[in-house]
Amino acid sequence: MRTDAIAVFIFFFLLVTVLGFIAARWRRGDLNLIHEWGLAGRRFGTVVTWFLLGGDLYTAYTFIAVPGAMFGLGVLNGFFAVPYATLVYPLVFLFMPRFWAVCKQRGYVTAADFVKDRFGSRSVALVVAFTGILATLPYIALQMFGIQVAIAGLGIPLAISIGGVSVDLPLIIAFVILAAYTYTSGLRAPAMIALVKDVMIFIVLFAVIIIIPISLGGFGPIFQAVHAKAVANPKTFFDILSPTQFPAYITLVIGSAFALFLYPHSLTGVLSSSSTKAVKRNAALLPIYSLMLGLLAFVGYMAIAAKVQPLKGFGSNGIVPALINFAFPSWFTGFAFAAIAIGALVPAAVMSIAAANLFTRNIYVEYINKNATERQESGAAKLTSLILKFGALLFILYVPTANIINFQLLGGVWILQTIVPVFFGLFTRWFNRWALLIGWLAGMIVGTLMEFSGLITGTSAALVNVYKLQIGGFSLSAYSGIQAVVLNIVLVIILTPVFQMIGATRGVDATSPSDYDIGEPIPTKEAVPEALG
Amino acid sequence: MSTRPERKGRSWLLLFLLIPFIVLLWPPFYNFREPSFIGIPFFYWFQLLWIIITAIITALVYFAGA
Repeated sequence: MRTDAIAVFIFFFLLVTVLGFIAARWRRGDLNLIHEWGLAGRRFGTVVTWFLLGGDLYTAYTFIAVPGAMFGLGVLNGFFAVPYATLVYPLVFLFMPRFWAVCKQRGYVTAADFVKDRFGSRSVALVVAFTGILATLPYIALQMFGIQVAIAGLGIPLAISIGGVSVDLPLIIAFVILAAYTYTSGLRAPAMIALVKDVMIFIVLFAVIIIIPISLGGFGPIFQAVHAKAVANPKTFFDILSPTQFPAYITLVIGSAFALFLYPHSLTGVLSSSSTKAVKRNAALLPIYSLMLGLLAFVGYMAIAAKVQPLKGFGSNGIVPALINFAFPSWFTGFAFAAIAIGALVPAAVMSIAAANLFTRNIYVEYINKNATERQESGAAKLTSLILKFGALLFILYVPTANIINFQLLGGVWILQTIVPVFFGLFTRWFNRWALLIGWLAGMIVGTLMEFSGLITGTSAALVNVYKLQIGGFSLSAYSGIQAVVLNIVLVIILTPVFQMIGATRGVDATSPSDYDIGEPIPTKEAVPEALG
Repeated sequence: MSTRPERKGRSWLLLFLLIPFIVLLWPPFYNFREPSFIGIPFFYWFQLLWIIITAIITALVYFAGA
């Protein structure tokens, strides 16, 4: 245990805790109203939205899992994250303003709110809400894993015996802090902390990208070492793609890009901004984060060249803490691990808030307490967010770590199945609600079976993200999420006319075309002096 | 109510946003080691470059159409 590193770590953690509590006072609103707690009253301008979205898109997956995958498996499993993070932004620009506009116009807080009105179907809304909550859980668990890894890097033992029971004390403390301030401040807490987090991450990133390559002699020697590893491990590690891997790469990219913006926490981030302009500006500015991600991916390769071995107990995912410990003085490692841990806390907070919004609006109010007061609504949301965090905590404590990274792609498989009602629904209401339900169900079942195929057949203890589909003599290896969603879409398209014919018609669309095109809100105060001449 | 007629005429600009998809989703365009840049193989630096290009395209579309 290195006390100087731990001291620095604790200092920054305390700073962040204090900021979290102060956040309750920022841009004041009545936190008992759900759109204040859950969306910060939709008041965030461009800069804050940038930090929040970036803060919540760039998670422990980015700085632990991607470099870990690069280190252990190479380009296919690790680097797809770069084009994925690039293509997300044109998608945001194309789809998000429409989504923001209709949600603002109609007062929707979640995707399920939108779907219920658009397709006139409570069942489809329920399914969208359920999927959103389900898909977020493994993602939250992943963030907790990131915190655990960062704390382990400090040398703090993960298992402390309290009364004969083995307890992961550091992780539980981190959780209590997170739970406490998101409970009181809602979305404002992660937004304020996201600012701090990003500054810290930028500093660590610059240190890593500049100091380590210099000490290794530049990128040339780094990539030579990587190539040597590929030559030595031709079946398991790749430094460039082979043609049979192209479909896998392509589908991982496109699947992850669409999945990202279907997650409740991304939609929450978008809906909390003050205008479509802020949303669009962010689409142009957020790519800076993608550049960070790309450079962070190289960290996994740097570790290969530096001949560093991963921290024990986390597989390849232990490589980033190991490299940080190798390359930097002890006090700076405290700062770096604090950056990573805080970096995981922010998205975990936003994700749990978003999933809580979904549960409250689309399950609690819809089915449990129809006449809930606003206070009851926000109370339910706060409680749910707490429960989800503890659920994710249990996940981390009891699930073997080899699987946890793959859980993000598993979440992707599930959330992708909501693409037809949520995304396509922004442009057309042609789909029949029964067809939507069947398509969703088929996609969920097939996608889940593909992911668990290794466990089911006993051939692998890990989840299978790139599934080799074999039909007759034809075989294709592609992301299971894409394969499942293609089936989903095909079924919806085929079944919609079928259901229409047998009289099981579409629901009533409660939205109107002008809802989607709101542009900038026109201030009514200015109109009056104009009218007066 | 709040329609903006000048936006409709500019929606063809959105097609520019398809360019990054076409380029990045076709690995045969960039699956090479050479030419390298400061020791980084082409496959890698090309994709990093496209982060910047995509951001520029998105910014241009924003300013031209908004």
